Amino acid sequence: MSVLVIAEHDNAEIRAATLNTVTAAQQLGDDIHVLVAGADCAAAANVACQISGVTKVHVADAPEYAHDLVENIAPLIQQLAGDFSHVLAPASTYGKNILPRAAALLDVQQISDITEIQSADTFVRPIYAGNAMATVQSTDAIKLITVRTTAFEAAAETGGSATLEEVAATGDTGLSQFVGQELTRSERPELTTAGIIISGGRGMQSSENFAMLERIADKLGAAVGASRAAVDAGYVPNDYQVGQTGKVVAPDLYIAVGISGAIQHLAGMKDSKVIVAINKDEEAPIFQVADFGWAADLFKAIPEFEAALDDAA
Amino acid sequence: MKVLVPVKRVIDANIKVRVKADQSGVELNNVKMAMNPFCEIAVEEAIRMKEAGSVEEIIVVAAGPEKSQETLRTGLAMGADRGVLITSDTPLEPLSVAKLLKAVVEKEGTELVLMGKQAIDGDNNQTGQMLSALLGWSLGTFVSTIECNDGGYKVVREVDGGLESVQLTKPSVITVDLRLNEPRYASLPNIMKAKKKQIDYYTPDDLGVDVTPRVHVLKVVEPPPREAGIMVQSAAELVDKLKNEAKVI
Repeated sequence: MSVLVIAEHDNAEIRAATLNTVTAAQQLGDDIHVLVAGADCAAAANVACQISGVTKVHVADAPEYAHDLVENIAPLIQQLAGDFSHVLAPASTYGKNILPRAAALLDVQQISDITEIQSADTFVRPIYAGNAMATVQSTDAIKLITVRTTAFEAAAETGGSATLEEVAATGDTGLSQFVGQELTRSERPELTTAGIIISGGRGMQSSENFAMLERIADKLGAAVGASRAAVDAGYVPNDYQVGQTGKVVAPDLYIAVGISGAIQHLAGMKDSKVIVAINKDEEAPIFQVADFGWAADLFKAIPEFEAALDDAA
Repeated sequence: MKVLVPVKRVIDANIKVRVKADQSGVELNNVKMAMNPFCEIAVEEAIRMKEAGSVEEIIVVAAGPEKSQETLRTGLAMGADRGVLITSDTPLEPLSVAKLLKAVVEKEGTELVLMGKQAIDGDNNQTGQMLSALLGWSLGTFVSTIECNDGGYKVVREVDGGLESVQLTKPSVITVDLRLNEPRYASLPNIMKAKKKQIDYYTPDDLGVDVTPRVHVLKVVEPPPREAGIMVQSAAELVDKLKNEAKVI
């Protein structure tokens, strides 16, 4: 069976989420194709050819694919999908945006956010913010699936030698135009790929106080996240948000600081390998999922933690 | 302009869900139900657009069991003008709902559909995207700001790396994210008034839509629980545990 993976990229580099999606694809078949749709995206296509396990890269290089406009990319996926048993995309905002539009064009009921593949047509996926896990079986001829990237290891970025094939562009629908973007600039790792994350909640009390977490993040090579409460309070931008409606993460170490542990937040981080909670309220629900809890005032605890890290270094 | 706002009846967001012992699904009997929080945000935005004069009529539409009427009444009490209820005892998948909504859009002649980005039960995040495809309309997902202008709508989308602005040519489907607005509570007089507002009833057959499920739910189970952890008393102890026991730093 041939499997098509929709690559998420910035025309030069392939985003990490694509690599996890390739791993999921390898559990479904051994003929793995990748679609790179973009503008001046030859560099990204060449990078995709190197991904371990990929056999062919389809590159659609045209101005209408410049800014991931869903109305233009969905018909391209529709055009290619007929040759595949499965079409996979990462369950990122990119994949969640484009794949259901392509699925409807193909009259397929998509399966969202899978965490496990049991067979070619049977998958496990979280529902109710991860409070239940559903095993579902698709009866559609082509399966369109988004993949929870934290549930699958990343494929190696090198070692592959896929062939490159150009795909005819499907044209500009003219339905939408890209206006601009404000991307959060950070030297730290991305939340969804970081091995360590330190997140702050409402207990941080201000935007300035997040600097305490940033210093620790820099010592540990960690990413900085936040709860919805901290984002809603305006302490940090929305893309810091970890939770059901923000990013779902599963790092080796997750440090929750001043976060009470609302169901919404737990849904986004409870699959982390080791969870540390620092909160002055001993009754906070976050302690129920923490491997190591420390009931302490964060304004005292965080400087002490920073000093202890220096001592141990 | 008429705007259509689909609303879904789900388990109240503050209730802890329980999986049924026979693994057939989650327990819905005797559980408090409410309007999906993202749908509330969509209703609120439609009302604000009407208050600003860019919308004339707000139609809330629900698809599902008969009791979804309560969810429609909530939307009507918030300020929607009338309701449409598509009753179905067959569980409806996103693709089926999108097909039903398309039929309602065509019947009503609406030019804008405002809806939640996802429902908090199935967490599918598909219906708006699918509806836009079936209609051939422009699509804005994860939207946190909507500005009406001559050509259509300038929307700000919350994407993984930050924010993205896109100009949508109308007609459009817009799916809304948390930070778009804070939904209002319905006042008691408005709740009373909502009881008299019109609701039209359809079945999938009336709308010519086949809603046979494509995906079978084989079982639903609880996620594996996390082992209880330990409490530490000092920073030195915490760093020691992380370094020497968990070996993660």
